[in-house]
Amino acid sequence: MHPASKYVLLAVALLFPALASNEYQVYVMATAFVWAIAVYGFNVITGFCGQLNLAHGGFFAIGAYTVGLLTSDAGWNFWPAFIAALFMTAILGFLVGAVSLRLKEHYFAIFTLCVGFIIYLLLDKWEELTHGAVGVRNIAAPDGFGLVNFRETMPVYYLVLFFLVFIIWFTGRIQKSLVGRTFIAIRNGDELAESLGINLMKTKILAFVISTTYAGLAGALYAGMIRFVGPEDGNILLTFNMIMYMLVGGIGTLFGPLIGTVGIVWLTQSLQFLEEYRMIIFGPLLVLLVIFFPLGVCGSFLTWMHRKAQALGLGPKKAKSESKVTTSDQEAKNNA
Amino acid sequence: MLKVEHLTKMFGGLAAVNDVSVDFGANQVNAIIGPNGAGKSTFFNLISGMYQPTSGRILLDDKDVTSMRCDDVARLGVGRTFQTTNLFETATVLDNLIVGYRLRTRSGLWDVLINSKRLQAEEKAAREKAREALDFVGLNHAENRYIADCTQEERKRVAFALALATDPKIVLLDEPAAGVNPEETEGLADLMRKMVKHGLTVCLIEHKMDMIMGIADKIMVLDHGEKIAEGTPQEVKNNPLVIEAYLGSDHDAAA
Repeated sequence: MHPASKYVLLAVALLFPALASNEYQVYVMATAFVWAIAVYGFNVITGFCGQLNLAHGGFFAIGAYTVGLLTSDAGWNFWPAFIAALFMTAILGFLVGAVSLRLKEHYFAIFTLCVGFIIYLLLDKWEELTHGAVGVRNIAAPDGFGLVNFRETMPVYYLVLFFLVFIIWFTGRIQKSLVGRTFIAIRNGDELAESLGINLMKTKILAFVISTTYAGLAGALYAGMIRFVGPEDGNILLTFNMIMYMLVGGIGTLFGPLIGTVGIVWLTQSLQFLEEYRMIIFGPLLVLLVIFFPLGVCGSFLTWMHRKAQALGLGPKKAKSESKVTTSDQEAKNNA
Repeated sequence: MLKVEHLTKMFGGLAAVNDVSVDFGANQVNAIIGPNGAGKSTFFNLISGMYQPTSGRILLDDKDVTSMRCDDVARLGVGRTFQTTNLFETATVLDNLIVGYRLRTRSGLWDVLINSKRLQAEEKAAREKAREALDFVGLNHAENRYIADCTQEERKRVAFALALATDPKIVLLDEPAAGVNPEETEGLADLMRKMVKHGLTVCLIEHKMDMIMGIADKIMVLDHGEKIAEGTPQEVKNNPLVIEAYLGSDHDAAA
């Protein structure tokens, strides 16, 4: 990917409300961005660090409920509640991570699946706190400033976009840094990482807390945008949706979560008319993708680009093309 | 350099390593051989801190490392390769090696957020260390190649480089020549000699006897978790216990 393509993407995102034919499309896009933020968190713990955390959707719901309950029941303003949601998901992430990360691989996945389900049950059954199945209404919208009113679709779109851009930037920084490389070493294998002097538990907990905080951030924005949350927002199925977004886009890549989430959300929208039958199209599509493009859209593209650059480097004018290869590799890496 | 005293590891009732004492000298090639299931890999896992021994002591340069965690042992200068090394297939060779130097760096998440001077300096150092290690194993031409596009022998060399990037004093190599052809095996043996020449201590587990006899300064033979022989290649080769362990005794043959 050319470095300029990042700015093209950003420009398209900034201009999207002007290009959209109606407000509903802007709203759908903003929702997709919120999910994308959560998927970025998923990508940190599962894509980079290799730990399949099936409670991820639960942390999204905790972020949403924290904002919901603090603004509607406790009468807080949105932004303090938003900060509280980040701390809440970070602290709970630390506690859950410290226990669940003692388990490895499938056992970790099964354990976190249970944690996710427990979160869902608490939201649904603990009526005194969460209002049970009725859900939380009258959630405050983000407080605006000047003429900006976040009750309207356009400002909310740009607010969500701002956080999404920040998350992508920060995740990119992590990925390129020694911290991200440490996560990836763990994905390659606990034993190897350990023999390289990496403290497994400390590193995994760090990745876990980053991911749950991202989920909490997404959930908090979701609550401020939809202004209603219910136990179904903690449904385990949402976690599996996020896995799908991540796999389609490209697990472990920087732009995979964005491409996967926005792509699938729009595909879902365009297949609305099929209602529940749309899974007949989705299912086989996903199977084909996993078989033929296990690296996802983004991963397959980057691999293809890299191989092309390498093949060029093996050509006759070796000395000259080699320097060219290194620069394009650098670019590929910057974008990966 | 590496001294092991009465080391025992029990798995339930089974002694995978049983009362093994050995002293591996610095700056030489030390080999551990033995039939399958003799406890060689377990022995490595005990030294590197992956397993805690049931009893006995492990001393590294006279420092007791017996109950240390694996990452702390690595920081003290024990590098290691595995029988199979899982690397990041769709990342370049160099990208896979940079993390090797991580244990000598201290940058955390905060450094990432503010892109601190420390992080920049450490990343530069890690990159240089990776290039140095790659140069050492003779793969600097493959720096930008994906691991997925590397041959088996190149992967072995990358695994060596990764261990070397941790700045070790001693490297434990678990069957480094498994699955490569005789010519490549000779190349890897040369690489081990080069490591020793540069002041490293090598410990390796290997089944390829030609290679072992050619490069080892000292050989320890394990069988059923017990040390049955130790000495120079010549001594070990002529030891009746070793021949029995590998070929079976007349008594076994008759039975």
